[in-house]
Amino acid sequence: MIEVDAAAKSFTLHNQGGTVIPVMQDASLRVAPGECVALTGASGAGKSTLMRMIYGNYLTQSGRIIVGQTNVAQAAPREVLAMRRDVLGYVSQFLRVVPRVATRDVVAEPLRAVGVSRDEAFQQAEELLARLNVPRPLWDLSPTTFSGGEQQRVNIARGFVYTYPALLLDEPTASLDATNRETVLSLIEEAKTRGCAIVGIFHDEAARSRVCDREVDVSVFTPVAA
Amino acid sequence: MTQSTVTPLLSVRDLTKKYGPRIGCADVDFDLYAGEVMGIVGESGSGKSTLLNCLAGHLPPDSGEVLFDTREAGLRDTVQMSEPERRMLSRTDWAFVHQHARDGLRMGVSAGGNVGERLMAVGARHYGDIRGAAVDWLGRVEIAEDRIDDRPTAFSGGMQQRLQIARNLVTGPRLVFMDEPTGGLDVSVQARLLDLVRGLVREMGLSAIIVTHDLAVVRLLADRLMVMKDGHVVESGLTDQVLDDPQHGYTQLLVSSVLQV
Repeated sequence: MIEVDAAAKSFTLHNQGGTVIPVMQDASLRVAPGECVALTGASGAGKSTLMRMIYGNYLTQSGRIIVGQTNVAQAAPREVLAMRRDVLGYVSQFLRVVPRVATRDVVAEPLRAVGVSRDEAFQQAEELLARLNVPRPLWDLSPTTFSGGEQQRVNIARGFVYTYPALLLDEPTASLDATNRETVLSLIEEAKTRGCAIVGIFHDEAARSRVCDREVDVSVFTPVAA
Repeated sequence: MTQSTVTPLLSVRDLTKKYGPRIGCADVDFDLYAGEVMGIVGESGSGKSTLLNCLAGHLPPDSGEVLFDTREAGLRDTVQMSEPERRMLSRTDWAFVHQHARDGLRMGVSAGGNVGERLMAVGARHYGDIRGAAVDWLGRVEIAEDRIDDRPTAFSGGMQQRLQIARNLVTGPRLVFMDEPTGGLDVSVQARLLDLVRGLVREMGLSAIIVTHDLAVVRLLADRLMVMKDGHVVESGLTDQVLDDPQHGYTQLLVSSVLQV
């Protein structure tokens, strides 16, 4: 479902004398449907970089990154947009939303984007918000003023409300209490059961060993400093 | 899904506009597809407003093509169209939201009249229908029905801008040009307008081209982004890719110059 093949990336800093910083080299990874692969490696090793390359908000200089039918490394913007709408969800650590938009709408948006009716999308959004213990009075409010943990759960709800065939999870259990952590891990297990291919970053070791089938150490993809 | 299977709504080829020896915009090329929102960013004088005005038929380009997928005849070069044809397009399938609402509104005519006028321009004659559509649209942009007979001069800046949007969208256009739509508005009013525009784009399946210098606005509204400098497009791509991983030196400077809040 997700196939990374000899992918490489570097940053060129034009305003700092054109310094070129190679950050990823010969990265390869395969994730089958129903499988969860954890990216490991020290901070700065490139876990988030690799995720962003798969999601397409970082450009890939060479190699292939296939998600479903799309080669993200070479796809046109609208192909990447279609892939993000239909195939690949991303639970990041940051919630970016239009101010003033109610939490219920934020969570329902991925469903609305694929053509689910408003009522149906709202119902599913509410079920998930309830399951993640986001208090009902907050559903009508914009999540911009929520606590870190609440925003994190809104982000998770948004990522799981639609049954994406593939998911990227960046620290999905960070800043959650035991009950909510358990809920998130169940959501991940359910997604795997329905055949979702998952790539995740988990600093929570117990969570990682419970839901992940394999680990890939990204530090082997870090280019050796010349 | 390959590039060739779907016709773009707007296809721009080698568009160039000069003011004497000075470049307004040069060699601009892009395709915009139905339902896409494209942002154009760059500093003052980078050519983004010149480009928008050339696309919308307000300025004649010196060379190049602006192909629009018309309902009747498919892709047609709007630069070569007759003036009446182009004017018809700008009343029906196109809309233009000006930075200053007073440039896009008739200030001496009531709010309802401003919305109704555009409907009448495309042939609506039934007073009740026109008034009904005006009420509906004022509601959608959150202007109370009891303000329908007030003139825009009695409205706040944010309300004027929402009225301008209602006036523009009442005819169900397919492509909306926006020139700094949130410029000069308070941040709270900006947020409300962003929410409104995003909702309308989703509901109506609109395509839009939004010129702005506000990177936060494009991150929230635009699917794709073009960065202009000195009349040239220096970088383009998915909005989050251009902002998170800018390739051109100028874009890197632009992104790193934004104050964090």
